[in-house]
Amino acid sequence: METKTQATHTYTAPDYYGLDELLSDEHKIIRDSVRAWINEHIIPYINDWAQNNQCPKHLIPGMGEMGLFGPSLPEEYGCPGLDEMAYGLIMQEIERADSGIRSMCSVQGSLVMYPIYKYGSEAQKQKYLPKLATGELMGCFGLTEPDHGSNPGGMTTHFTDEGDHYLLNGAKTWISNSPFADIAVVWAKNEEGRIHGLIVERGMDGFSTPKIENKWSLRASDTGELVFEDVKVPKENLLPGISGLRGPLGCLDKARYGIAWGAIGAAMDCYSTALRYAKEREQFGQPIAGFQLQQKKLAEMLTEITKMQLLTWRLGTLMNEGRATTAQISLAKRNNVATALEIAREARQVLGGMGITGDYPIMRHMMNLESVITYEGTHDIHLLITGYDITGISAFRGSK
Amino acid sequence: MLKILVCISHVPDTTTKIKFEADGSALDRTGVTFVINPYCEYGLSRAIGLREEGKQVSITALCVGGPEVEPTLRKALAIGADDAVRIDAPANDSAFVARQIAAYAKGKEFDLIFTGKESIDFNGSIVPGMVAELMDFAFISFATHMEMKGDNSATFHREIDGGMEVLDATFPVVVSCQKGISEWRIPNMRGIMAARKKPLAKVSPAEVREYVDPVKLTYPPARGNTQYFEPEDAQGLVGTLIDKGLI
Ligand SMILES: Cc1cc2nc3c(=O)[nH]c(=O)nc-3n(C[C@H](O)[C@H](O)[C@H](O)COP(=O)(O)OP(=O)(O)OC[C@H]3O[C@@H](n4cnc5c(N)ncnc54)[C@H](O)[C@@H]3O)c2cc1C
Repeated sequence: METKTQATHTYTAPDYYGLDELLSDEHKIIRDSVRAWINEHIIPYINDWAQNNQCPKHLIPGMGEMGLFGPSLPEEYGCPGLDEMAYGLIMQEIERADSGIRSMCSVQGSLVMYPIYKYGSEAQKQKYLPKLATGELMGCFGLTEPDHGSNPGGMTTHFTDEGDHYLLNGAKTWISNSPFADIAVVWAKNEEGRIHGLIVERGMDGFSTPKIENKWSLRASDTGELVFEDVKVPKENLLPGISGLRGPLGCLDKARYGIAWGAIGAAMDCYSTALRYAKEREQFGQPIAGFQLQQKKLAEMLTEITKMQLLTWRLGTLMNEGRATTAQISLAKRNNVATALEIAREARQVLGGMGITGDYPIMRHMMNLESVITYEGTHDIHLLITGYDITGISAFRGSK
Repeated sequence: MLKILVCISHVPDTTTKIKFEADGSALDRTGVTFVINPYCEYGLSRAIGLREEGKQVSITALCVGGPEVEPTLRKALAIGADDAVRIDAPANDSAFVARQIAAYAKGKEFDLIFTGKESIDFNGSIVPGMVAELMDFAFISFATHMEMKGDNSATFHREIDGGMEVLDATFPVVVSCQKGISEWRIPNMRGIMAARKKPLAKVSPAEVREYVDPVKLTYPPARGNTQYFEPEDAQGLVGTLIDKGLI
């Protein structure tokens, strides 16, 4: 049973600096169309899905039809072929609804379709991309392992060359979409310890995908493990175009860029909700929006949102020109997610007790953002990336 | 092949807070988002519906207006029109607009001309009737339903006071669309990309005089003091009315 909540029907996206003027007409049509789609298909139901820990898989065909999977990949593979700014705007609008749904799209587009497009053979592209674009096939991305999270280079999942196939062993964990994915892009080491990407298909013997239960975050997104016990992977399923940690890290650049935009969406929803509530809620005989302490919160939220918007717009321009560096993308992901989380915490307080319920989206965003600040490189790891970039000294291994 | 013309008017979004220029001569456009007039969008969507029902159709979206209306036409292309035409003239006067549309449509053998029942900016409801007259086409106003009947005619429903009227009409027909005739469509990303490659022609306006001169726009009188009562507080309401000597 699904019940509609009033939630964010009256959502107004803040645009304090008139950033719309920096977007093309086409970008605005894209953003507004995705916003309209989200308003119709997600906003009224998302609270229920999250409360019930239910991933809305029934939306997948509609999302494919809408073009939300791999929107910036080319038309020859059934994708829309939009630019990076459009991709960012799409992620912003989806995450305005929910970070979990955005995660589902990010993984599909940036972590499954992108590596196949970028590192795959022509046959792999033809076989998988058009079906991934429509959602007929869903994918997941296996990098993190139980003992190797922030340090993926230490991974132990490995494969051996058995002549006519590879034999894959190991386990991945914290994998978004894994419980229902049809394929997994898995990063594993060969006999020489070199990292390669393999496409593993559901149904291959020895491959299982147990679900991770009890999350307090991204409850509308399924997360699970990938377990490989002597899985025979056909040789044509190895991504031929890359080896080494550069492979997975290249995909993460794409996904992190989308997350930097997505976080703005979550923040804008929190701000818009808090502003509206503050104007309507009266205490001591006047709207709480009239109290300086509430105004401080709202003013700071809007200031931070405006900064995030400018940051991502510039980053989008650099992405379109092929000039954005890993370190620049990392900075935006870290800044925007941490800022969005701060905004969610402040916005929740503006709503007092009402902020605790699912009738308003803020606490759900707040809990979701705890995952977002952890995955695709934790906040700390991104500080180390920037630190390394500006000092030239790697601090990843600490004093070791 | 059904040749369909969909007239699109470019209007401020329904949620816009309307402000006028200081001298009241025109709408202040700063910060205003413009959209396809929602009633025109029903027409566009019904036309696309005919294609989905398997009819051979060509759909031309037309708007009378300056370059600022082009994003609205692009959106119509993204939703599914095949080509678009912008008649390069300001749309201030219904008779002027109707004559521009008719001048364009004459001789092009359109079977159907869809319009909105009104456009939500000035709410004139005048253009469709005038176009029908100028074209000498049948006219179905306020259509809430349309179903093809053979290849060259259709059955229409119209809302009338307290009921519904059912009409058959042979093409060519002008249809002004009301809620019910179709559902709005959200353009998808592939449609938006495809719209890039579809033709959007700028057409010079026909020699038509302006019939009226817009003089001034003013705001409605400010609403007086409003006092709200809780639903269960009939006593308070009656008491207040008595106190004010109103009953
Ligand atoms: C909901 C969810 C979905 C996910 N989806 C995916 C997915 O689809 N695919 C995938 O591969 N992974 C996914 N992840 C995994 C995610 O990327 C990892 O959780 C993340 O990289 C952190 O790894 P870890 O959990 O092992 O934490 P750890 O690496 O153990 O880190 C623990 C703490 O130590 C800190 N730390 C670690 N190293 C350093 C250092 N050198 N200096 C200072 N501090 C340090 C971290 O910042 C963190 O605070 C997902 C995670 C979540 C929660």
